[in-house]
Amino acid sequence: MDKQVIIEFENFSFQYFSQSEPTLHDINLKIHRGEKILIVGPSGSGKSTIGHCLNGLIPFSYKGEIQGSLMINGLETSEQNIFNLSKIIGTVLQDADGQFVGLTVGEDIAFALENDNVPNTRMHERVKKVAAMVDMHNLLNSSPFELSGGQKQRTSLAGVMIDDVDILLFDEPLANLDPATGKIAIEIIDDIHKDSQKTIIVIEHRLEDVLHRDIDRVIMINEGKIIADKSPHDLVSSMLLTVNGIREPLYVTALKYAGIKVDSGMLPGHITTLKVEPSRRELTAWHNAIQADDRKNTNPSILKMENVTFSYDGARRILDDINFDIREGEMLAIVGKNGAGKSTLAKLLCGFEKNDSGTIFYKGEDIKNKSIKERAEIIGFVMQNPNQMISKPMIYDEIALGLRLRNIPEEQIAERVEKILKICGLAPFRRWPISALSYGQKKRVTIASILVLDPKILILDEPTAGQDFRHYTEIMEFLVEINKLSVTVIMITHDMHLMLEYTPRAIVLAGGKKIADTAASVVLTDHRIIEEANLKETSLFNLAQMAGIEDGTHFVQGFIDYERRMKNR
Amino acid sequence: MNTKMKLFSYNTVDTPIHRLSGFTKLVCFLLLTFAVMFSYDIRVILAVMVFSIAVLKVSQIRFSQIRMMVIYVLIFVLTNAIISFFFSPEEGVKIYGTRHDIAKLYGEYKLTWEQIFYQTTKFFKYFSVIPLGIIFLLTTNPSEFASSLNGVGINYKAAFAVALTLRYFPDVQRDYHDISQAQQARGLELSRKAKLTERFKNSLLIVIPLIFSSLDRIELISNAMDLRGFAKSKTRTWYTSKKLEKGDYAAIMVSALIFILTICVSVFINRGRFYNPFI
Repeated sequence: MDKQVIIEFENFSFQYFSQSEPTLHDINLKIHRGEKILIVGPSGSGKSTIGHCLNGLIPFSYKGEIQGSLMINGLETSEQNIFNLSKIIGTVLQDADGQFVGLTVGEDIAFALENDNVPNTRMHERVKKVAAMVDMHNLLNSSPFELSGGQKQRTSLAGVMIDDVDILLFDEPLANLDPATGKIAIEIIDDIHKDSQKTIIVIEHRLEDVLHRDIDRVIMINEGKIIADKSPHDLVSSMLLTVNGIREPLYVTALKYAGIKVDSGMLPGHITTLKVEPSRRELTAWHNAIQADDRKNTNPSILKMENVTFSYDGARRILDDINFDIREGEMLAIVGKNGAGKSTLAKLLCGFEKNDSGTIFYKGEDIKNKSIKERAEIIGFVMQNPNQMISKPMIYDEIALGLRLRNIPEEQIAERVEKILKICGLAPFRRWPISALSYGQKKRVTIASILVLDPKILILDEPTAGQDFRHYTEIMEFLVEINKLSVTVIMITHDMHLMLEYTPRAIVLAGGKKIADTAASVVLTDHRIIEEANLKETSLFNLAQMAGIEDGTHFVQGFIDYERRMKNR
Repeated sequence: MNTKMKLFSYNTVDTPIHRLSGFTKLVCFLLLTFAVMFSYDIRVILAVMVFSIAVLKVSQIRFSQIRMMVIYVLIFVLTNAIISFFFSPEEGVKIYGTRHDIAKLYGEYKLTWEQIFYQTTKFFKYFSVIPLGIIFLLTTNPSEFASSLNGVGINYKAAFAVALTLRYFPDVQRDYHDISQAQQARGLELSRKAKLTERFKNSLLIVIPLIFSSLDRIELISNAMDLRGFAKSKTRTWYTSKKLEKGDYAAIMVSALIFILTICVSVFINRGRFYNPFI
């Protein structure tokens, strides 16, 4: 490439003062002006640390020891401060919500200018101009609560572009976004790249989602080292993804299941570039050979909602005439975009809120008069963020909390906690402080602290949000184990992989109404549902279409059945 | 969400008070507060209180929004009154120089008209600040609030910290609500069924997770601010700062007039800070 080098790592290592080992080892990497780079790696691989080194948060906010050199725009970063760097490299952090500094869109975009002492009138002009670049100029007075996920992303983008930076760094832009918004975010980034020719660096572990649009190079990081530096096609067709904790694109998995050797000549980096024609016959043959999984859950009903309606203010219905019937031992997903009523549904089930009309039955019995505490003994609720539940310093005490609050004798508590510790694989840690645990283990502790009350139904809010492939698998396999103990598992989720791999059935809410209650394969291939629930079409469906398989839904269902049989479930 | 969640939070309504710049409102707030704090003349204090309640009406603030705040201040002021009585029951006599006993209480404690008058004055003095404070807080958006604090010479970092606190207050309230529900499901009793000590201990079970989840939030926001150059120079400008208009000058004039009048009442009529009806 003859283009100018804009970022250069040379024998670069970094160790946080709080860590006993370096997080980055001997990184050598050149990035050229105008390139669009994706940095992938599992959690804890060091990919975010690279981002922090680039934007100056290291060593400004996170202290540690730097070795080697990192040059940006010809300047050695260790000699620059975070403010100088912020004029060259603009960072969009994950969680557009949390980084919203201002009270309105305009104010948030203006933040960097305010800090630069730009006079008020010039500031307003500049804000208008940059807002127009991301299509937010008509929403300057909106507050973050009124914005959609995509609009928040646009606002954060404008907030860093206002400085006319050369490089844009996106740190896990897809975390916490629903599939449709994630897709839009990737499109916005790509459009900005095409229009402005800025250098773009995206740090993310959701490979397939980022590859929705072009990427020049993918850098793979694991254990603080660069494992690969390849084009998307080369990387996807290599064997490196799964072993390094990155989920390969679903269509690639399907091709592999069909016995097709995926090589870079097939251009498998993006579903849109993939050449399916040569492998069409094998794919069709594989699909036709899959036996449908016709196991049906015929258990009696455990939870039933009949004509349930709810509103906070008596005017706008958050839930409108909801009906469903869940059988014992089911594992199912509740999906829908933000504000569709999913969380409210869970709150009604737990008794946090009372339905205005309609009835909720547990095993045929109306549970209207059960208190929050009583319901918790049949329906357990696990919040999304484990930090929002953990209130004791030690694991044992945390799990015992619910029992102690119920004044159960200490010997009985010991027995029940011990049993749960074993089930949850936490027995070796029983005397550990919770602060020593990883995020996934903390999640496990919160699930354990609910399971100890012996609920028959477990409701989890976004159990896999923000998790990489390994942690996702860990949590989900654990839930499968719990499910096998005949606990009915209900998950509120945006995660399409979760639906494909773990929940045969999905209930879809939109605008407070139930719009579907059917197989995951149908939900993920039906245009109307996809749109209303902010999902996106699974690439398996596109693959089926490209291969000329007429019934795409059937193909997706086939994939699910095949995988389930392989994993012996 | 329900109205309870809106507690303390700025609400957007278009009233003449909302349209004033934050700087104006802060200056008026300070002038009027100084006026009632300076004067111990119950007539002046009640007049300012009536005036501020009228302004409260104009700015369309409903009582339901401020009920909690009023209750807290009431508790504080009443406790203050009781304690100050026990510490110096003769304060009124000392100030007004006369003695009109009403009743002999316990031991050395005697109830006098002077003491009652003095404490009533003090009660209204504190209580009259509430409507002023409420008007200022609920009609000024947090960013404007910060820029106005900065405008009267307060360090902008401190001013911004105040704004951020107000900005995140609704979020933290929502978190508190969610955490509290989840903990109640685990068996936490927050109702009057539990003993007071028990309830206090139990509330820790909500506060601890709230602190830890808020710490995550704080790390994120402080990174975001660093990355966009917050605190790099000694001064900053404000997107929300407004130019002062006619209304602003009028409001400042009115407040200044009230302030001067109170001073005049003290200097020329009462010849001191206290109004003495006993002589």
